[in-house]
Amino acid sequence: MSGSLARTDRLRALALLSPAYLWLMAAVFLPLSAMAFFSFLSDVPFGGRDWQFTLDNYRAFLETPTYATLLWKSVKLGLIVTALSVLIGFPCAYVLAKVVRGRSREALFLLVILPFWSNSLVRIFSWAIVLRGNGILGSTVDAILPWDVRLNLMFSPTAIVIGLVHSYLPYVILTSYLALQAIDDSLIEAARSLGARRRTILRRLILPLAAPGIIAGAVLIFVPVVGSFMEPRILGGRRGTYYGTVIEDQFVAVFNWPLGAALSFILLAVVLGILALASPAIRRATL
Amino acid sequence: MTNRFLARLGRIYLGLILFFLYAPILAMAAMSFNASEFYQLPFRFSTEWYERLWRNDEILTAAWRSVWIAVVVTVLATAAGTAASIALFRYDIPGKRILQVLLFPPIAIPWLITGTAMLIFFFGIGVGRGTPSVIVGHVALALPYVIVVVTARLSTFDRTLEEAARSLGAGPFTVTMRVTVPWILPGIVAGALFAFAVSFDQFVVSYFLSEPGDTTLPVLIYTAIRKGFTPEINAISTIIIGLSMAIMLVAARYAKFGGER
Repeated sequence: MSGSLARTDRLRALALLSPAYLWLMAAVFLPLSAMAFFSFLSDVPFGGRDWQFTLDNYRAFLETPTYATLLWKSVKLGLIVTALSVLIGFPCAYVLAKVVRGRSREALFLLVILPFWSNSLVRIFSWAIVLRGNGILGSTVDAILPWDVRLNLMFSPTAIVIGLVHSYLPYVILTSYLALQAIDDSLIEAARSLGARRRTILRRLILPLAAPGIIAGAVLIFVPVVGSFMEPRILGGRRGTYYGTVIEDQFVAVFNWPLGAALSFILLAVVLGILALASPAIRRATL
Repeated sequence: MTNRFLARLGRIYLGLILFFLYAPILAMAAMSFNASEFYQLPFRFSTEWYERLWRNDEILTAAWRSVWIAVVVTVLATAAGTAASIALFRYDIPGKRILQVLLFPPIAIPWLITGTAMLIFFFGIGVGRGTPSVIVGHVALALPYVIVVVTARLSTFDRTLEEAARSLGAGPFTVTMRVTVPWILPGIVAGALFAFAVSFDQFVVSYFLSEPGDTTLPVLIYTAIRKGFTPEINAISTIIIGLSMAIMLVAARYAKFGGER
């Protein structure tokens, strides 16, 4: 009797789960497999084209140094943006979690993470308005400083970094804040009453306990930044060629989909590899 | 250095961060009310760009398409996501951890990779680009958010309430609709608002999946920016960002992300 009950339960669970998971299967996991398949083809297998299996797309990556150079450029961009976001965001999360009290904390926290849920394209565009030559930043600096600086950051790597930090900063603030909020204040009190100095408390108590939040935030920033293409296009102009923009070109301009698939898969491998490298640190931090 | 001094320093720092986060958005919004076509200062108030926007059929069509796509995505993702959350919560499913891990790829893999993979797949099976593909892609991206938010709300649900209802003779469907769903309703509303925001703000996946000339608003803005910008883009961007922030403020009232209840 109980066996048949478990059976109906299993059917109910299956009925409730299958819409969501079949959808994910059809829209995410099958496409990723299709992309893996495409990366080994010489041409697209529709529209009556001739195609066969080949390793040429991966060979192209190895034989054309530009791809590796651009991939490294994108990884470097990811590291710089991640490092800056952590350095700027962690103190902000600390102030929110441990200094500000009461109702104003909730409101301030909401204000900090609200931009994260607004359109990223529009926020990048807003930086284009601020940074362009004769733009608001240039005019303001000219008005304040007595000499002529002609500040024009638009279409420079600096502009791309500023825009990306602005886009992804709320991630690390959010994850660090959650980790910091979980630290019991009495632990800090105990350390202080035992004579620990501020720097010791920060280094030996707060940073180790908040590490899972910081690392989670860093990973959440690094992964999308390595694959970014819209931000470099808008803020970098002609100097905004990165690995992501090359992949974009394969799909919307050059129409070499198999090469684009191979380049995407190499990016996925790099991202997963870096996550695997970081995972001992993540595991140690979360234990 | 006294504690009070440090606390004041901290608040100033927080203020600077908020300035950094909001100043460009406010500047962009201000420029949408500036008369000069070339963003020239001094500022002269004008609603010309909004009037032009109102007469721009291309933008209005794309805006309307973005809104109804987001509504369809919200309904589908919220229904499927809520059902999955209830199953994950109620039943002891073998491989539950794997099912939970499977939610991460749509969030964690760069959208560039997911979007191009979807493009390849939809062309491979003969569906191609277009609004149906965009909807399928958006739902997949929104599902994990709905499941995470609804599951968080379910964790505050007292299981014994379901048992009590069942022992009083209610069937599983009645229990779900009359006991479980009313309790988790704030979570469902928050999940739905997240799903709407994910779809309405989505650029990358729409960019690869939508038909040229038949696009969503963010894709249209991207194309326009690359041709050179006009204050009209500021005007529509200001409306978008105001709308999505308003939605998230409402969602925050229900979800209380990060806050303790």
